[in-house]
Amino acid sequence: METALIVNNSASVHRQEVNGHDEHHHHETFLTKYVFSQDHKMIAKQFLITGIIMGVIAMILSVLFRIQLAYPNTAFPFLQTLLGRFAPEGRLDPNFYLSLVTIHGTIMVFFVLTAGLSGTFSNLLIPLQLGARDMASPFLNMLSYWFFFTACVIMLSSFFVQKGPASGGWTIYPPLSALPKAMPGSEMGMSLWLASMVLFVASQLMGGINYISTVLNMRTKGMDLWKMPLTIWGFFLTAILGVLSFPVLVAGVVLLVFDRSMGTSFYLSDIVLNGAVLPNEGGSPILFEHLFWFLGHPEVYIVIMPAMGIASEVMAVNSRKPIFGYHAMVYSLIGITVLSFIVWGHHMFVTGMNPFIGGVFMITTLIIAVPSAVKTFNWLATLWRGNIRFTPAMMFAIGLVSFFISGGLTGIFLGNAALDINLHDTYFVVAHFHLVMGSAAIFGMLAGVYHWFPKMFGRLMDEKLGYLHFWLTFIGAYLVFFPMHFMGLDGVPRRYYAFTEFESMKQWLSVNTFITWAAIMSALAQVAFLFNFFYSIFYGKKATQNPWNANTLEWTTPVERIHGNWPGEIPTVYRWSYDYSKPGHDQDFIPQTVPFSQTMTSNLPHDFEDDPDVEKLQTEWLKQNSQEVK
Amino acid sequence: MNQSAVDKEKINFQPKKFNLWLFMITSFMLFAAFTSGFIVYTQGSADKGIKIILPHAFIYSTIVIVLSSFTMYLSFRSAKRLQFDKQKQFLWFTLILGVGFFFLQFYAWTVLVKMGVYLINPNASQSFIYIFTGVHLVHIIAGIILLINSLVGSYKNSPQVKNLFRLEMASIFWHFVDILWIYLYVFLLLNQQ
Repeated sequence: METALIVNNSASVHRQEVNGHDEHHHHETFLTKYVFSQDHKMIAKQFLITGIIMGVIAMILSVLFRIQLAYPNTAFPFLQTLLGRFAPEGRLDPNFYLSLVTIHGTIMVFFVLTAGLSGTFSNLLIPLQLGARDMASPFLNMLSYWFFFTACVIMLSSFFVQKGPASGGWTIYPPLSALPKAMPGSEMGMSLWLASMVLFVASQLMGGINYISTVLNMRTKGMDLWKMPLTIWGFFLTAILGVLSFPVLVAGVVLLVFDRSMGTSFYLSDIVLNGAVLPNEGGSPILFEHLFWFLGHPEVYIVIMPAMGIASEVMAVNSRKPIFGYHAMVYSLIGITVLSFIVWGHHMFVTGMNPFIGGVFMITTLIIAVPSAVKTFNWLATLWRGNIRFTPAMMFAIGLVSFFISGGLTGIFLGNAALDINLHDTYFVVAHFHLVMGSAAIFGMLAGVYHWFPKMFGRLMDEKLGYLHFWLTFIGAYLVFFPMHFMGLDGVPRRYYAFTEFESMKQWLSVNTFITWAAIMSALAQVAFLFNFFYSIFYGKKATQNPWNANTLEWTTPVERIHGNWPGEIPTVYRWSYDYSKPGHDQDFIPQTVPFSQTMTSNLPHDFEDDPDVEKLQTEWLKQNSQEVK
Repeated sequence: MNQSAVDKEKINFQPKKFNLWLFMITSFMLFAAFTSGFIVYTQGSADKGIKIILPHAFIYSTIVIVLSSFTMYLSFRSAKRLQFDKQKQFLWFTLILGVGFFFLQFYAWTVLVKMGVYLINPNASQSFIYIFTGVHLVHIIAGIILLINSLVGSYKNSPQVKNLFRLEMASIFWHFVDILWIYLYVFLLLNQQ
């Protein structure tokens, strides 16, 4: 209180200066508008387009290593033309194969599904759906994007160094990652990987801090936490996860860098490399796994929770029904957030972990099935008897639910410490996480792109191409990942260059060929999306202000995305965002900005949160107008 | 109109202060990870552990940084009471003590080296001492930059709102690095020998 008083008194002395700062003179140049923009909508688009480009690159990498897996004995001259020394005589170099797998995983998990997904939609929707002019710190927001961009450039630059990119897997376990001489990818490529990830973490922390701060401090009048759309809940809890878990990765990486460059022995012990005994003694690679997976497991929820939020919103809007169990949806997100910190050990069941501790991690892991099932049930119940509009966004949201169910089921297998002995590091794991967090999160992201494209670019995407994109990708993803379950059950290990040397695995070659062609089909399907996306930015059908008849605040802003979002005052919020098909109302949606006094025919007792005075007004009005209502 | 502009400015500070708190949470998580890493590592076998008595230099540096927190508090209190000369004076004290802490930590490292406790060490529990203090010193550098920033600002004729805000940010962070050091020191003391 005291501070505030003095602030006011002394501020009057310097009023001129303060006032001068307050007026925003915007002389926008190309540089400030498109490059070093501090506007959250522009930053969102920058994140999206960078994310899409990175996604396409990661997809091409996956097609390259799929070709190797399908045709391990065939030479493809075009590969040598494309990759040069990485594919001598048209056959992928085994070390480069490992690089491809590593960089594919890194880019998809971090650059596309963390930065591309959260970065795009948190930036776009948090201010727009909460009624804020911009983020808490627009400058930090801009920095966040440029750190991310630099991280992308560094990560990709590792393809141009002599020995190739990092190749120890996206989890960069030591000792492979800690010893530059261990394999070609552990040299310069690994250093670049580490440099890139440090910038990436910095970017994520800046973004995450901004998202949390904006959600907690800058909501418009009337927007209490329980009136926030589920998208915002998803982004908010994701940001909390990131802020709490990314620093732990930094700790692990700092120790790794010391091991790599200074000769310490945090992770290294008893290693003979190229016939020479290394001086490092006493370290424990398991320590790195603990630190890595303390981030790594929350990370998969960082990937899926924004997608869940987007799917919830898109499904409610397009079912023309309130989301089923709004509170349960929020509590299940909170439950996932909390549980995600105490399950990391399920990645380490086979590291010689004490079976009792393994049992504890198994139980916490299986408990996550509860909030996940709550969410799945609520999505299905939202669809139940809704007036469903199958827009492309809706299709992708339903696709997310499908993948989440089929991928989630195998999570129950893998979370079991005993079954994991068999399944660990097999294709079963690959199938599981590609469905439950890979495909599901990508579908959530695509649902978001189709749904909020009009908000980002003022135009609509083509629906027919959207359906083509959806069906090919949806079927393709299942054709790719479903057979992998059976390979995994048969013990086929992941990350292997070729299965030609193992008698028992030769029978899977035909399946591998099949998967590769399915992967190529789904990769080609993305051309439909890319064309649709970039064409529609310039030539798409002009969008109306509220093309989906949605309730949330972002659709009350003008189509020409102006700086500050609303031309006049920021609208006030009176109700939650899910008043769809409310009985007694003449339209099937009631935007959050409409006060209850204008919807007397459709108000229900629970709308007034047990305020007896308002309830009385409503009952009196109903008595007076009972004739007309009938 | 003017008053509303002032109000707006005041409101704009709130999220920034909040951002600082969030940043401190991330820093705290970083050290929580280091210290739990230490525990996991040290539990690994009986020949791991700090195995020495920590040098006295750490006691001196602890006294210095606690003092600096106190002068920081005095500086902020003077600023609130509009005693700007005192504000600058105490800020200078804080800065000097902060730099002093930095060199004392450095000195502690040289003592450690003389004791034969090296960074490159088969008993990485001892390497962790360097990691804790080193990463903490990175935070001290950040704190010193904030201190210099508010010191330079206090010589400019900037609005009191801004002056106070700058000082408050520096002071929150400085108290944080102080508490962080006490946490690390107590942690190391509990694990020595």
